[in-house]
Amino acid sequence: MRRISATLLLCSTLALFACKKEHGSGMADPNAKGPIVIGEVGSMTGTEATFGTSSDRGIQLAISEINAAGGIKGRQIQIIALDDEGKPEEAATAATRLIASEHVIALLGEVASTRSLFMAPKAQDAKVPMISPSSTNEKVTLKGDYIFRACFIDPFQGYVMAKFATSNLKLKKVGILRDVRNDYSVGLARVFTDEFTKMGGEIVASESYSQGDVDFKAQLTNLKGAAPDAIFVPGYYTDVGLIARQARETGLTVPILGTDGWDSEKLYEIGGAALDGAYFSNHYSVDDPSPRIQEYVAKFKKAYGGQVPDSLSAQAYDAMGMLADAMKRAKDLTGPSIRDALAALKDFHGVTGDITMDANRNPVKPAVVLKIAPGGKYVFAAKIMPQGMADATTVPGAPVGDTGKTAPATGTTSGGSAQTAPDAATPPKK
Amino acid sequence: MRELLQHIINGVSQGAIYSLIALGYTMVYGVLKLINFAHGDVFMIGSMVGWYASARWTSEAQNPSIIGALGITALAMATCGLLGFVIERLAYRPLRKAPKINSLITAIGVSFFLEYGGQWLFGPNPRFFRVLPPHPAMTVAGLSIGYVDVVTIATSLLLMIVLQRIVFHSRMGTAMRAVSWNPDVAALMGINIDLVISFTFVLGSVLAGAAGILYASKYPSVHPLMGLMPGLKAFVAAVLGGIGNVPGAMLGGLLLGLAEQLVAGYGSSSWRDAVAFAILILILLVKPSGLLGRTTAEKV
Repeated sequence: MRRISATLLLCSTLALFACKKEHGSGMADPNAKGPIVIGEVGSMTGTEATFGTSSDRGIQLAISEINAAGGIKGRQIQIIALDDEGKPEEAATAATRLIASEHVIALLGEVASTRSLFMAPKAQDAKVPMISPSSTNEKVTLKGDYIFRACFIDPFQGYVMAKFATSNLKLKKVGILRDVRNDYSVGLARVFTDEFTKMGGEIVASESYSQGDVDFKAQLTNLKGAAPDAIFVPGYYTDVGLIARQARETGLTVPILGTDGWDSEKLYEIGGAALDGAYFSNHYSVDDPSPRIQEYVAKFKKAYGGQVPDSLSAQAYDAMGMLADAMKRAKDLTGPSIRDALAALKDFHGVTGDITMDANRNPVKPAVVLKIAPGGKYVFAAKIMPQGMADATTVPGAPVGDTGKTAPATGTTSGGSAQTAPDAATPPKK
Repeated sequence: MRELLQHIINGVSQGAIYSLIALGYTMVYGVLKLINFAHGDVFMIGSMVGWYASARWTSEAQNPSIIGALGITALAMATCGLLGFVIERLAYRPLRKAPKINSLITAIGVSFFLEYGGQWLFGPNPRFFRVLPPHPAMTVAGLSIGYVDVVTIATSLLLMIVLQRIVFHSRMGTAMRAVSWNPDVAALMGINIDLVISFTFVLGSVLAGAAGILYASKYPSVHPLMGLMPGLKAFVAAVLGGIGNVPGAMLGGLLLGLAEQLVAGYGSSSWRDAVAFAILILILLVKPSGLLGRTTAEKV
């Protein structure tokens, strides 16, 4: 009996080692012929449900195209998507499960920075490359050299909104309402404060809330008391919708500024007319006449019964495209090879712009600012270039992207017209 | 000064909803000595029924009207009343003679059943609907008073007056108070105890249904776990005012709403929930019978 158990123990230990080795190389057998399995983690349900479902639609669209074109290295791609219900711990568990039991060779997700930060160590430890489509907090990719993203980062997004507030809206005094339980929101509020102050503006009040709160009247009353020209709310759509409504109820009528966490068709459903005239930075605009964007919008509408793609879907589509591109270039389908190919990604023609990875595995690309028009339509208000690139917001007609660092999306309107008409409210209508 | 007044208005409006929910806790406790932890979830069902009535079954949510709002409120109150009756009949009545702790644990079980049954049935995603027609905020002497706040406070006041009439000026109310005083003697006097207890549950649940609709019109995000926090806060409010005491629950709710708004306004919103529960601990340490409660020696 004892011998049997000892043998069993030995066997299981060996099996464990075998497993471990598999993970070390990121894949069981590089010569396998079956489908290439990729893991996806997203908030398919919960208060940020549209983040997960939109991203999933973008990824599915990308995969169906890649598979229809013959797959990668002759193999089809299969995706296993897990729901984390918007909970960071669940995101970490889902990542572990995908790596350990599904043996995925790469991970896509999460949208929210907080959840990506929980997932990243799991991917890094197992040497499985991970691409977050939309986590903009700069800490995400600093978790390790296997972590990538398909979007710009908060220091840039904060800069964009500060620049837009000072140059386009000519604002002097801004109040901030940030979500203290969210790395994304806290980071953005800090960068915005720095940049806005540097540009000569003043932060007249800074208030906070916690994700999931429903009452913001006290904070809004304090903000109103400071008489700002606008308030900056870098939060997620459910909270922002409620905040906007209560701001109007409190008699705070100034414009509300925000960031890409607002991007959801639910936003206007919650906030309604209280959001009219608000501005937020985003990754792309469906109104952008760029042929690449219009082609994507058409494809997405065709695939999903006329639904207009939000930027989260476009970025997830790009994330999958980047991964496919890297897998094609990689010498084999192991974690380290794919990682090296991703790190070397250059001028990838994504929907949201041309993507080149910088040293910290962050893409460098322009951002857009959208205005919410009555009725809930997002209209294009401005396009803002990364610092150091030709600054299209101040140099009309400058040849964009001539620094060679990144070529911005070709055809995304000439630099001249992209940099906001004097009245940002008259954008190219759809 | 203006901000202080504004915080007070916001606090009263929030407190009015806590009061409505707290009344359900306090009445059931008064009559049965049972803390019905499922009460917050009955409140959630009220909001959920409102969502179905206005956004799913009709298109009321797109174009809300006062008549429609009254209609969905009546429906939510009726549904919650029925639910309260069923919960008492199936979960609590069989345990009435059992030790108190059994009923308490059952109450927690019913609460989880409604929360996670709700997640299974309705899905965990928040839903949004408009109860009242949109209306700009009123400004009085520089203070902004939301239309929803006015409706909330007025409706709560009205319901509390009605409740006060029922409890203190009706035969059923007299019977409720008699059962609360001593159920055995009340039974000897010919009072139908089962009926009185059912009535108490129905009454409390009806108020929770109304509170659910008011809450949803103020904070239009309805999901199966939404009852948890307001339920706990209302419980704190009931204890603060003196559990078992009807005016105490109203007072406790208002004080709690005010305390939360002032803490969020002058301190930090992160402390808001901490303050509510700090109040609970403090009151249990200093004056366990609550602000308006009578001190009674526990009969052994």
